[in-house]
Amino acid sequence: MSAERLLTLDAVTMRFGGLTAVDSLNLHVDAGEILGLIGPNGAGKTTVFNMITGVYTPTEGTIMFGETRLNGLRPHRATRAGLARTFQNIRLFDNMTALDNVIVATHARHRSSVVGAILGLPRFRAEERQGRERAMELLEFVGIADRSGMAARFLSYGDQRRLEIARALGTSPRLLLLDEPAAGMNPSEKAGLMDLIRGIRDSGVTILLIEHDMGLVMGVSDRIAVVDFGVKIADGSPRDVRADPAVIKAYLGEVSDAS
Amino acid sequence: MRTPQAPHSAARPRINVRDSFSDRWRTLPAWGRWVGYLLMLLAALSLPNIPGLGDIMTPGSSWERVLVYPIAIYVLLGLGLNVVVGYAGILDLGFVAFFAIGAYTNAILGTEFGLGFWITLPIAIALSMLAGLALGSPTLRLRGDYLAIVTLGFGEIIRVTATNLEFTGGPRGINNIPRPPSVPGVDALTFSVLNSKAYYYLTVAFIVVVIIMLKRLEASRVGRSWAAIREDEDAAEQMGVPTLTFKLWAFTVGAGIGGTAGVIYASFQTAIRPTDFLFILSATILAAVVLGGAGHIPGVILGAFLVGWLPEVSREFSQYRVLVFGGILVLMMVLRPQGLWPSRIRAAEMSEGEGGMGKFGGEAGAVLAQPEGKP
Repeated sequence: MSAERLLTLDAVTMRFGGLTAVDSLNLHVDAGEILGLIGPNGAGKTTVFNMITGVYTPTEGTIMFGETRLNGLRPHRATRAGLARTFQNIRLFDNMTALDNVIVATHARHRSSVVGAILGLPRFRAEERQGRERAMELLEFVGIADRSGMAARFLSYGDQRRLEIARALGTSPRLLLLDEPAAGMNPSEKAGLMDLIRGIRDSGVTILLIEHDMGLVMGVSDRIAVVDFGVKIADGSPRDVRADPAVIKAYLGEVSDAS
Repeated sequence: MRTPQAPHSAARPRINVRDSFSDRWRTLPAWGRWVGYLLMLLAALSLPNIPGLGDIMTPGSSWERVLVYPIAIYVLLGLGLNVVVGYAGILDLGFVAFFAIGAYTNAILGTEFGLGFWITLPIAIALSMLAGLALGSPTLRLRGDYLAIVTLGFGEIIRVTATNLEFTGGPRGINNIPRPPSVPGVDALTFSVLNSKAYYYLTVAFIVVVIIMLKRLEASRVGRSWAAIREDEDAAEQMGVPTLTFKLWAFTVGAGIGGTAGVIYASFQTAIRPTDFLFILSATILAAVVLGGAGHIPGVILGAFLVGWLPEVSREFSQYRVLVFGGILVLMMVLRPQGLWPSRIRAAEMSEGEGGMGKFGGEAGAVLAQPEGKP
């Protein structure tokens, strides 16, 4: 494997009081791949996301993103370093328009602030224009450009999921973390989502995907890591993982070796 | 909670007249809007000049003086607090502190050092903003109840400090604060006891400048970040919004506007005392913002006007005045909780049950319902 290591989790542990949610987890994401992160409910997947994006600081271990150490970095810093995420339970800015939701995210790459805005400085104007254009492109890309002026809360469920992805892409990430993007989607929406995820990867963004829908995660991932009770129990191609006895045990319970 | 709704139906209860008005306003060409702004400015400037209007509006007191204080200065204070409460969704119960800092800075620099109004002004604004920064940097990490309590305490600390310090004149305050320099020969800009109009024009000028600044901020990275913080602070942070920085900015910008109002107030009254800066003033300005329509400049102006003017009308009821005023406030809260003239986004947030102030809506309501009972 000569691919560039984009994200590396080295012996990362997260304890909440006496509860060990993640136990010395080693995980890496290579540039350009789609890595599926799966595991039964409560396995610690979202905790992993929260540690990577700066919501939690790991109790032990280090998280490296390229050359940047992510431990203890505030979330907006992690975002500026090139990480973006969507939320398992959609968290859009409900009453802002779809377009404004994405423009807010594009500001992650902008620098003008109060003074620039009041005086209407050239950089401020340029950034406003760039943000608006980029946001419109992204709405186009996820396929909801015609609803750009609608308040986010009025979008259909599937469109809200798409808007979450567009908003995350608005921050111009190198790594996109998708937290159960297919939850609540119908089969045709899921198929569309798979195309969208592949499209994002083809545009040069690496993807770390948490998903419960096995069809989707097996179909779209290049590699899959399985966690259970905070411990990684398998890591490999979808085909290998599917056949791994430890994985089957985690999902289905103990299997007697009848063959 | 996330069930899809019919587009644009639930969010706009009973506000159709206003909406068609603001829709029409929005579709006007740029020159049309400028003409509109100019007409509004002319209307504002003519308020003290319409013969007989004062007898109707404030039969018991000087209409010209009431126009300056409370009305115009409340408008300025309301616009400042609106940045904090309306834009960023932070509940600030001690806004009067910045008003006091502006007023005392002007008073001390004017009487002790003989500095003029226009030199004092930038110093006072800078000091107020610094105070906002100093209060905000440790406290804005807090949320909800805790933040409200800390800001409430800050407002009281400033007043108590002013009461107990030597150079702020103690409980007797400071007298003989210089007036702004008059423009020779121009009656409208001659500042004296007998000419409140000059102060009114001056304050309106400041209001115009503040509105222009706020409008620009609204339609920028800053305004959008404030809105995002108000809607979902954690999500905003994860989308790259430096939430603490922008909350500090909201605090600082609001403080600067509050300080400006204080400078004008001190020069207008020429005497200030610590009792000019009681908690009731913070609560009144918060009432103006919430009743008018938090986050919406025309709404805030309307709210500040009403909150400044209504007690003057109910002056007839002498000692029942505050009670009547309180009753009117409660009625308005019951009948129009989203404010008299809210922005569309705020009306939507209200109907979502978040009080139009993120998580703080309920708390603000509880605070407003209480202090009017005080004498």
